[in-house]
Amino acid sequence: MSELATERQIDRSKMHVGSDVAIQINNMNKWYGAFHVLRDINLTVNEGERIVIAGPSGSGKSTLIRCINRLEEHQQGDIIVDGTELTSDLKNIDKVRREVGMCFQHFNLFPHLTILENCTLAPIWVRKVPRKEAEETAMHFLEKVKIPDQALKYPGQLSGGQQQRVAIARSLCMKPRIMLFDEPTSALDPEMIKEVLDTMIELAEEGMTMICVTHEMGFARQVANRVIFMDQGQIVEQNEPEEFFNNPKSERTQLFLSQILGH
Amino acid sequence: MSDISFVRTEMLPEKEPPASTVGFIGWAKANLFSSVLNSVLTILSIVLVLFVLSGVLPWAFQSVWNASSLTECREILKATYGEHHEGACWAVINDRWVQLVFGFYPPYPIDPTMYLGNPPEGAWPAYFRPIATFVLILAAVAPVLFDKLPRKMLIITAIFPFAMPWLMWGGTVWFPVAAALGFAIGYFAFKYLADIVGELAGLIIAVVLPVIWWLFLMGPFADLMQSIIALDIPVVESRKFGGFTVSIFIGVVAIVGSLPIGIVLALGRQSDLLIVKALCVGFIEFIRGVPLITLLFVASTLLNIFLPPGTEFDIILRVLIMVTLFASAYMAEVIRGGLAALPRGQYEGADSLGLNYWQAQRLIIMPQALKISIPGIVSNFIGIFKDTTLVSIIAILDPLGLTNGIRADAAWNGIYWELFAFIAIVFFVFCFSMSRYSMYLERKLKTSH
Repeated sequence: MSELATERQIDRSKMHVGSDVAIQINNMNKWYGAFHVLRDINLTVNEGERIVIAGPSGSGKSTLIRCINRLEEHQQGDIIVDGTELTSDLKNIDKVRREVGMCFQHFNLFPHLTILENCTLAPIWVRKVPRKEAEETAMHFLEKVKIPDQALKYPGQLSGGQQQRVAIARSLCMKPRIMLFDEPTSALDPEMIKEVLDTMIELAEEGMTMICVTHEMGFARQVANRVIFMDQGQIVEQNEPEEFFNNPKSERTQLFLSQILGH
Repeated sequence: MSDISFVRTEMLPEKEPPASTVGFIGWAKANLFSSVLNSVLTILSIVLVLFVLSGVLPWAFQSVWNASSLTECREILKATYGEHHEGACWAVINDRWVQLVFGFYPPYPIDPTMYLGNPPEGAWPAYFRPIATFVLILAAVAPVLFDKLPRKMLIITAIFPFAMPWLMWGGTVWFPVAAALGFAIGYFAFKYLADIVGELAGLIIAVVLPVIWWLFLMGPFADLMQSIIALDIPVVESRKFGGFTVSIFIGVVAIVGSLPIGIVLALGRQSDLLIVKALCVGFIEFIRGVPLITLLFVASTLLNIFLPPGTEFDIILRVLIMVTLFASAYMAEVIRGGLAALPRGQYEGADSLGLNYWQAQRLIIMPQALKISIPGIVSNFIGIFKDTTLVSIIAILDPLGLTNGIRADAAWNGIYWELFAFIAIVFFVFCFSMSRYSMYLERKLKTSH
């Protein structure tokens, strides 16, 4: 588990953290009914950062990144994405969602549309891109994730790994400035995990701002510039991957790491 | 150690399945004669089917098609097939065919008196208007059912809801034009106001403006246009409607109307807006809790008490509205089932791509929810089409209503099976077609393999 199953060298030439702030979260709290899921979250993400969020299940990692594109509503504090504050104003929410792409554990492709239609739908209807141009863009990104020959098939005809790569291509077609990954490899077979991680690494090499909730510690070690550990709805520890894995400060982190890296 | 070690050196080739498990013999062996009990049951069933057919087939086919009365019919049967043969007298269908199809709809409607005898000079062919209505229905429905047909045919589909009532009832052409204008008003109100006053307010205005137009302004507008440019065809009163024409008319309107209204109600029921939700739930639960017959009686008698005296509110129109609302409530629940079956991730996928509520509904949610609900939707269509026969209770002469009149006639007094068998066959053909179409559609829309 600890080493990423990839043979190729990672090209770090474009992976640098900018000085512009992409996401700013201040004193954010969220409750599900009476249950306090996210507690006093403070997080600043600069452009070009590649952040991995780790933590035991139920620690609020997914909820946190789902708040960033308002799939979940927060009750207290501010979330400012790319200069737009997330409030109940629908215009702002739509604006943020156009700039933030997201990949889900279960892909959430649209099964009644072909792969190509999945990729062109949002550009055509949300960005008002002409169909032809949208199709060209879609084919470009499908080539990038190495499945252009599946463009006219339906999601149900593809393997899990292929579906997840389509989901990544679909998000990229909206030309997002930030990508969120919510356990993108958790529902996949080991053989398919590699192909999805490779795609994510390529994205990182191009300088995309990324926040990934994942249990792939090899990916975290090699690609991330910051690892955040969450437990019980709060950020327990964050550090550069080298420090985080070799020299965890908090006891809770040490326990977690020993459990997932121990065997 | 070594006795558990195994290495395959060459892969096995593919082999044919045993001959006794494939083809007709294999199928019969597996399905009909798989055990002693099954074999006995198979033989018993075959005997039973043959017994029923031996009774029904001679009755249905050694029968009389040309006769002018039941007595004549029986004489011909006796002369042809002998004393003891029981044969069907289909001659009643032959004799009353036109009436069963068109009711008392005048073949050549001409104002002010309806001309029922020989065709007048230069008239359209007999029953031109109801036949044109049938053709219009087919032409309008075809492009919706089969996507291989040219998309331009959808223009007919768009015109059809306005042209069909006009063809049937007649009157000024400005009336359907004015009715269509109401939709145009709603559309443009939403298009230009949504950006200025916001989506929700724009939507409310886009609903209220057309309703005001239809209730208060449409009539005067149509009259005004008619007085400027007179374009009208003779009016046919509702009480002349009958036969399969009226069944199909009511059925088609209820089917076409109930789907969009049902979708809106289903969405309304899931809405976060409290008042919208309460209205939809109240409407659905009320309509579903009341028998259709009660609603039809309300339409035929009670409404007259509430409406101001002298208000003319066509009986067929009232029935159309009631049957459509009834079908919509059921449709809403079927579609809600489809919506509930969609995984939450589909909404999230649409949201995360920045699609707004209406785009997500139209492009992602509804196509899938409707696909899931196809069997239920078509069941509803079939049910509502058969329920149209209930209108005979409020004295509308649908085929069942007409049977009473035909059987009261001295010539056909005593006939029974043939009329109802014929009506049953016609309904079966329609309903079975719908059922087969729904299976075809399910196969076509299946995208997982």
